[in-house]
Amino acid sequence: MRQIFDIHGGIHPPERKDMSNPGWVSDSDMPSKLVLPVTQHIGAPARPIVEVGDTVLGGQMIAEAQGPVSVPVHAPSSGTVTAIEARAVPHASGLTDTCIEISLDGKDEWVSCQGLDNWRDETKAALLERVRLAGIAGLGGAGFPTAIKLASDREMGIHTLIINGTECEPYITADDTVMQRFAQQIVEGAEILGHMVGAETVLFAVEDNKPEAVEAMRQAAEALAGAEVVTFPTKYPSGGEKQLIEILLNAQVPSGGIPADIGVLCQNPSTAIAVRDALIDGKPVTHRITTVTGMSLKNPGNRRVMLGTPIRELLDTAGFNADTADRVIHGGPMMGFAVTDLNMPVVKITNCVLAPTRSEIPPPQPQQACIRCGMCAEACPASLLPQQLYWYARAKDQDQLERHNLMDCIECGACAYVCPSHIPLVQYYRSAKGSIREATKEKVRSDNSRVRFEARQERLERELAAREAKRAARKAAAEARAQSGDDPVQAAIERAKAKKAKQEAEQ
Amino acid sequence: MLGDFAVLLIAAVLVNNFVLVQFLGLCPFMGVSNKLDTAIGMSAATTFVLTLASVCSFLTYRYLLEPLDLTYLRTLSFILVIAVVVQFTEMVVRKTSPLLHRVLGVYLPLITTNCAVLGVALLNINQAHNFMESLIYGLGAALGFSLVLVLFAAMRERLVVADVPESFQGAAIGMITAGLASLAFMGFAGLV
Amino acid sequence: MLDVIFGNPILLALAALVGMAIAFGALLGFAAVRFEVEGNPLSDQINAILPQTQCGQCGYPGCRPYAEAIADGDSINKCPPGGEDTIHALANLLDVEPEPLDAEHGVEAEPTVAYIREDECIGCTKCIQACPVDAILGAAKLMHTVIVDECTGCDLCVEPCPVDCIDMIPRKGGIQHWYWPLPDGQTRDNLIATDRSSQQAAA
Repeated sequence: MRQIFDIHGGIHPPERKDMSNPGWVSDSDMPSKLVLPVTQHIGAPARPIVEVGDTVLGGQMIAEAQGPVSVPVHAPSSGTVTAIEARAVPHASGLTDTCIEISLDGKDEWVSCQGLDNWRDETKAALLERVRLAGIAGLGGAGFPTAIKLASDREMGIHTLIINGTECEPYITADDTVMQRFAQQIVEGAEILGHMVGAETVLFAVEDNKPEAVEAMRQAAEALAGAEVVTFPTKYPSGGEKQLIEILLNAQVPSGGIPADIGVLCQNPSTAIAVRDALIDGKPVTHRITTVTGMSLKNPGNRRVMLGTPIRELLDTAGFNADTADRVIHGGPMMGFAVTDLNMPVVKITNCVLAPTRSEIPPPQPQQACIRCGMCAEACPASLLPQQLYWYARAKDQDQLERHNLMDCIECGACAYVCPSHIPLVQYYRSAKGSIREATKEKVRSDNSRVRFEARQERLERELAAREAKRAARKAAAEARAQSGDDPVQAAIERAKAKKAKQEAEQ
Repeated sequence: MLGDFAVLLIAAVLVNNFVLVQFLGLCPFMGVSNKLDTAIGMSAATTFVLTLASVCSFLTYRYLLEPLDLTYLRTLSFILVIAVVVQFTEMVVRKTSPLLHRVLGVYLPLITTNCAVLGVALLNINQAHNFMESLIYGLGAALGFSLVLVLFAAMRERLVVADVPESFQGAAIGMITAGLASLAFMGFAGLV
Repeated sequence: MLDVIFGNPILLALAALVGMAIAFGALLGFAAVRFEVEGNPLSDQINAILPQTQCGQCGYPGCRPYAEAIADGDSINKCPPGGEDTIHALANLLDVEPEPLDAEHGVEAEPTVAYIREDECIGCTKCIQACPVDAILGAAKLMHTVIVDECTGCDLCVEPCPVDCIDMIPRKGGIQHWYWPLPDGQTRDNLIATDRSSQQAAA
């Protein structure tokens, strides 16, 4: 039995996972049209490479990655591109982004997918390229481009690969279902990932509230040498990768750093399956398993859904009752956000669609004054000081926020959960982080402008000096000519006179 | 002897803290304690000035005023000495840290008229300290001043962002905090 | 002479004081020369905070002259492109009270970049000469275009253009630049019944 450790803080909200029947998954109905945003990941938006009117097949790339930190988008099924325009996307802002709308023809024809016969024979670079072209981003909810994460080339390399099946957030059972149903594919994916990064140890992390998943993973993991399934007591937010690393390895990721700095790599089980599908079957990311749950639904559960399916249709498959539903949340109750327009599509990071009733998740209580009780600091899994961050975020004191390590906050919401005054602490931190990021970008821009301005001043001075020098040189030459009596104009006149005289003499 | 110096130092820093117990030097205490960075700079400047002024005034008294029997001129000449030391410090600060100079520029002349500095100089005479004792006393006074200034600045930085009722904001809550801090330091009475 | 001075206590006091004054004056004079400071590095630090649009709205011909003016004591609230954030940062640096933006010099507007409508451009290079950061690409009788990443939005190019073909369009906005607004932090006023009734009385 591997020794496990504990993290500071954490909370135990009600799990409410049974209502979504973990372990069972059904296919969501095929919608009539799909809306695929070009940004379903962290990084630069993908660029559409199809035009309105084009016919596309399932698995065909319809938007290519722009730059290294970007991920392509593929069509989940066959149909015609009917629009490429700004549409509502699932984002906390409620703003729109470029989307490719495909009207499906129902035939579900696919491009021919060519997998690798033996992925072990390929170089790491070739495997990474395939992962990149398959459009794989972190499917656990963050959406970081997987190819970049796997390519990380720290000096010490990666010694431990962790498949993060913790799923600590209430309501969500997508990873639980995937682990119960597709354990073997997860292990295959883990084997590929471990090979790609050169990890000696592969750990499958599952919380102890998922006994069936633990059993399924244990059986499948026997096939992989050096792999181990580790269970640990349920606590939110043990699933955050930095917290998970602390629980499993008793090692802390340095402030402002990433797990690769200490030689660890974490991946979601669905991402592992996506890598396996990309390399062995040659299939890109076109579907995902999403938990659709909440008491306003008649048939909550896990659905295998095409990316780009409007959330409204997904909810209808689950028997959505719009009258009893209070709001619709994209993601979980702790880290998700409410969606305003149900036409928004399911994207790569949609691990859950939650439609609670008003009594199930009541609206937030009125915010009251901070009483400086310090419960937030007790609950923080990153060992930060949320109370100080709150005061400085209110005062917009950027220096102090950075000194108190605001950027290490994982926005889990544990502090806001325990606050007796119901202060929406995470909103303050998100706002502060956003304004610091924007201020940093502006600073870079203004430094650049200053350099350019000074360069231009220098150029103008140089040009002025060059003109002055030329004028001085001309003046000096004229003076020199006048002094030496060597006047080329006079000489030319004399030559002309001499020539004329000679001509006259000859005549 | 070392024990005596230690007692003198502790007395100057804690028991008879110049700012919170003897209530000297309140002007820079309230004026410069808005930000921790400037407070640290100010306390460094004051430490330098106080120690140097304490020593210089003692030397002036012992080797100029006493032999010429002009001890009644001590107040005047100490002010002269302190003014020169402050000017000297200002020039050094301007050379080494222009930002500190811009920030403290207003306050450096304040150190000249800071009653704590003149107070230390005169108290040295009153208590008949010798050279080493004057040095230790000046150093202790400066350290006590720095300690209290830094603590107070840290507290004021937190007060600025806190939920203070409108009528108390600014100097009012600062004064109340200073009073409470003073009560705390008076608890050191009887330590040495 | 020394006997006279030493004999007379008042003259002695005077001599002692004058002697001290001369000695200290010499010391300070030496220090003034030894510790002389060239230039004003503070204006560099101020310049680093200013947004470098070089627009001239503050009344100075660029950001560096305004930085030097601030170092000499000018007020810090004259920069509209910098806005509140710049005023706060300057107030922090100089340990002065932040003041609201001086409306005489302009209002804080969202950042913009210039855009040349290429159909109308006649290639006169007047805008290129006006741009303080050389953000316009072009040559005489050839197409001019603005390099968006370098444009500071100072709009000094708009006036010289003889065919008025330059637009100022917003730079930010859209999903890439959005971030959460700060919660309003107001404690709700209708927590208890008497709050509600007093609200009704006030209304």
